[in-house]
Amino acid sequence: MSNPESHADESASIVVEADKVSKKFGDRIAVDGLDLAVPRGGCLGLLGPNGAGKTTTLQMTYGVSRPTSGAVRVFGIDVAKNTRAVCSRLGVTLQENVLIDTISTRDNLRIFGRYYRLSEAELSQRIEELLDFLELRSHADAPARTLSGGYKRRLSVAMSLINKPELLILDEPTTGLDPAVRHTLWSRIRDLRATGTTVLLTTHYMDEAERLCDRVVIIDQGKAMIEGAPRDLIEQQLAREAVEVDCTEQEELTLFGKLVDDGGNGLKRLRAGNRVMLFTDDSTTLVERIHQADGGARRPFVVRPANLEDVFLSITGTGLREGA
Amino acid sequence: MSLSLPHALTVWRRNASLYQRTWKTTLLPNFFEPVFFLTAIGIGVGAYITEMAGVPYIEYLAPGLMCVSAMNGASFEVTFNVFIRMVYEKTYDGVLTTPVNTDDILVGEVLWGLTRSCLYGGGFYVVAILFGLVTLPVGLLAIFIVPLAGLLFASIGIAFTLKMPTIDLFSFYFTLFLTPMFLFAGVFFPIEERFPDWLLPLAEILPLLHPVRLSHMAFSGEWAWIAFWDVGYILVISAALLTWAKHSVRKRLMN
Repeated sequence: MSNPESHADESASIVVEADKVSKKFGDRIAVDGLDLAVPRGGCLGLLGPNGAGKTTTLQMTYGVSRPTSGAVRVFGIDVAKNTRAVCSRLGVTLQENVLIDTISTRDNLRIFGRYYRLSEAELSQRIEELLDFLELRSHADAPARTLSGGYKRRLSVAMSLINKPELLILDEPTTGLDPAVRHTLWSRIRDLRATGTTVLLTTHYMDEAERLCDRVVIIDQGKAMIEGAPRDLIEQQLAREAVEVDCTEQEELTLFGKLVDDGGNGLKRLRAGNRVMLFTDDSTTLVERIHQADGGARRPFVVRPANLEDVFLSITGTGLREGA
Repeated sequence: MSLSLPHALTVWRRNASLYQRTWKTTLLPNFFEPVFFLTAIGIGVGAYITEMAGVPYIEYLAPGLMCVSAMNGASFEVTFNVFIRMVYEKTYDGVLTTPVNTDDILVGEVLWGLTRSCLYGGGFYVVAILFGLVTLPVGLLAIFIVPLAGLLFASIGIAFTLKMPTIDLFSFYFTLFLTPMFLFAGVFFPIEERFPDWLLPLAEILPLLHPVRLSHMAFSGEWAWIAFWDVGYILVISAALLTWAKHSVRKRLMN
C-alpha cells in the first residue's frame, strides 16, 4: 500500500512545498507558519490585502528571502540550501517590470537569457519562439522604453520563460493592464499549464484567480485564512448567490432582524459602506421577504452569483456577521 | 552560497554588451583627456615648473595621472552606475530570480569596474608612450599597475556603495575622499619632500599612494623593495573589502 517508491513519486509530484514557514522582519511578522503545497501542473493563487505577506512568500520560493523558521522546498530541494539549482528551473515575473530601457525587446530577452548560461544558438531559437508566443514580434526591435504597458508586461513574462521553466512564479501579473492584454496573458498561462508548467501567482483580481487557479489561499497578516478551489470556497463559505441591497445600519436591523425571526437563521451578510450583501442559495424567496418586510415599498437590489471577491471581503475586509 | 565565476561573468557580460553599443562615444574622450592634460602641462605649467624630484614636470606627472585615470574609471562604475542598477533600475532584483547569486553579482560588477579602469588607465598609458614619457622597454611593466589600481578602487567603491542609503552621499565620496587623494597622494609633488616626517607613515594609509608609487617605479624602470609593500597593500585591502562586501551585498539584496 505505501511502499517507499510510491512515496518518492508522490513527493516529486509536489513542486512547491512550504512547511510551517515564518518570516520576521524585526518585530514584524510578515509570514506566520504558512503551509503550502502545489502539485506538478497545478496553479495556486495567493490572495490577500496589501502587506499580507504574498510577495515575501514568493521571494522565499526563489530564495531572495530566507525563512526565519521552517523551510520551502521546490522540486524537492530546500531553496535556502541550493538556490542556484532551484532558480535554474523556475521563472519569475516580478511585480515591477525590470527591463533595460535603451535596448530592444529582442536584446532584453538575450541579455536576460545569458544569466541562465544558455548557448547563443539556443537563445536565438528561444527568443524567436517567445516573440510569437507573447505576440511581441511587431515590436521585436523597438527599444523597451518606447513600449506600451501591455508590451512591457508581456516582455517581462517572456523573459521569465526564457529557460523553459517547470515552475512559473507571477507576482500580480496583470495589475494595471487593459482587458485585452489581460485576456492574452491568461490564455498564455493556460497554454503553459496545458504543457505541464506549474504556476504560483499572487493577485488582487478575484476574477483572475477564479479563471486561472485550481486552488487559492487567502492570506491575511501572514497567515493562511482559508484554502481551496475557488468555487468550493464560495459555496462553502457563503452561498451560490448574492443579493445586494442599499440600506442604513438601522434599516438593516429592522429589515434583516425580521428576516432572521422569519427563519433566516444562518444567512450570511456583509456590509460595505451603505450596501449590504446577503448570501443565499435561494434568492427568489429572500427577495420576496425583503419586499414583505419593507411593507410594499420598492427598494433597489441586485441579484448576482457569489464570487471570490465576496469570500475575500468576508475574510479580510469588513467583518462578516452571521444572522442572529 | 558560493561564487560561480561563469555566472559572475554573465553579470560582467551584461555591462559589456551595453557598453559595446556606445564604446565609440565613450572611449574616445578617454584618449582626448590625457592628450589635453599632458599638452597643457607640457607647454603651459611645464614652462614654469621645469623640474620635479629631479625629472621634467610632465614626466613626473604622467605615472600618477595614469593611476588617477584608472581610479576614476573604476570609481564611477562601482558607485553611481552600480547604485543606479541596484536602486533605480532594480536590475539585481531581476538577476536574483535566475541562477546568478549575490556573490556572482559582486564579482561581476568588480570585474566590470576593473575593465573600465583598464580602458581609462590603458588609454592614458598609450598616450604617455606616444608623448615619450615611458622609459622603454622597462616601462612596459607599468601596464600592470592599471588593473591593480582598478582592483583597489573598485573594491573600495563597491564596499562604500553597498552601504549607501541615497545617491546624494556619493558626492562625499568624491569630494572628501577621491579629490584629496588626487591632490595629496604623490601625483603632483613628491610627498616625501614636502610632508613633515611624522606625517609620512600616516600618509601610507592613502590608497592612491601605492599604485602611484608603483607607477613611478614602473615608468622609469627603477624598482625598489617598497614595491612589495605597495602590491601587498593593494591586494590585502582589496581582499578584505571584498570579503566584507560579500556580506553587505547579501544584506542589501536579500532578506
